[in-house]
Amino acid sequence: MTAQNLHLELGRRYRFSASHRLHSSQFSEEENNRIYGKCNNPFGHGHNYIVEIRVSGKVDPATGMISNLADLDSFVNERVIEPFDYRSLNEEVPAFQKAVPTTEILCIEIFQRLKSFPHAKLEAVRVEETANNSFEYAGE
Amino acid sequence: MVYLTRKIEFAASHVYNNPALSPEENRRVFGKCNNPHGHGHNYTLEVTVAGEPDPITGMVLDLKDLKEILEREIMRRMDHRHLNHEVPELAGQIPTCENIARVIWNLLDPKITQGKLHRVRLYENSDLFADCYRNGARV
Repeated sequence: MTAQNLHLELGRRYRFSASHRLHSSQFSEEENNRIYGKCNNPFGHGHNYIVEIRVSGKVDPATGMISNLADLDSFVNERVIEPFDYRSLNEEVPAFQKAVPTTEILCIEIFQRLKSFPHAKLEAVRVEETANNSFEYAGE
Repeated sequence: MVYLTRKIEFAASHVYNNPALSPEENRRVFGKCNNPHGHGHNYTLEVTVAGEPDPITGMVLDLKDLKEILEREIMRRMDHRHLNHEVPELAGQIPTCENIARVIWNLLDPKITQGKLHRVRLYENSDLFADCYRNGARV
């Protein structure tokens, strides 16, 4: 099997910790409480999020890499980890002033922030909210 | 279609160095991975085979057979080895996750005759891995 017949992806995991509150202005207090349960606590709560991203592209024969890790890490750090880590997603990430910061929406937001990575194609973003819940978005 | 995955672990050393580049360029491109004395990892390999379960055995392939293929093709070749110096299939290549995953694919694909090799995922550590698929087969 020749290299051209294979599809290679590079996967990398990052971590950030942030707080959020699930609450929608579209709903009454009771509805918010019913829909979001303890995640609706007005003081919020937090998670240690894990963000796993996968990029694809040609493996450069000179480096053996799809993308230099330093380039990928600095792009992800600047666009996602720095603005999210030790923050309140609701208060400090503009996208969540309107949208509810569920991990579904967080996945999409992270994908949007990373899809312009210049050195490889972003294939998917997978976010683990806890060790038991994970969400993946691969674009439209 | 059912996807069956088996995981194995092996430990190996490697170094990233491209002789076509100057020592300074090698250090800039590869960073700590360019240390001439090499370094090592506990690699985790996940091999996924896709297929329809056999109507009689209920298996896509016999896990004992897959275990033996992995022992023969991967463990004996790579476990407790220096990937640059002792694995001929990697000669002349930088032993990154991407290249090792591709070499593993090429070793396993012809040996898996029940079901079809679907994905090779190789972790260098829990935060860095490469996936190899047949073109167009990723789901």
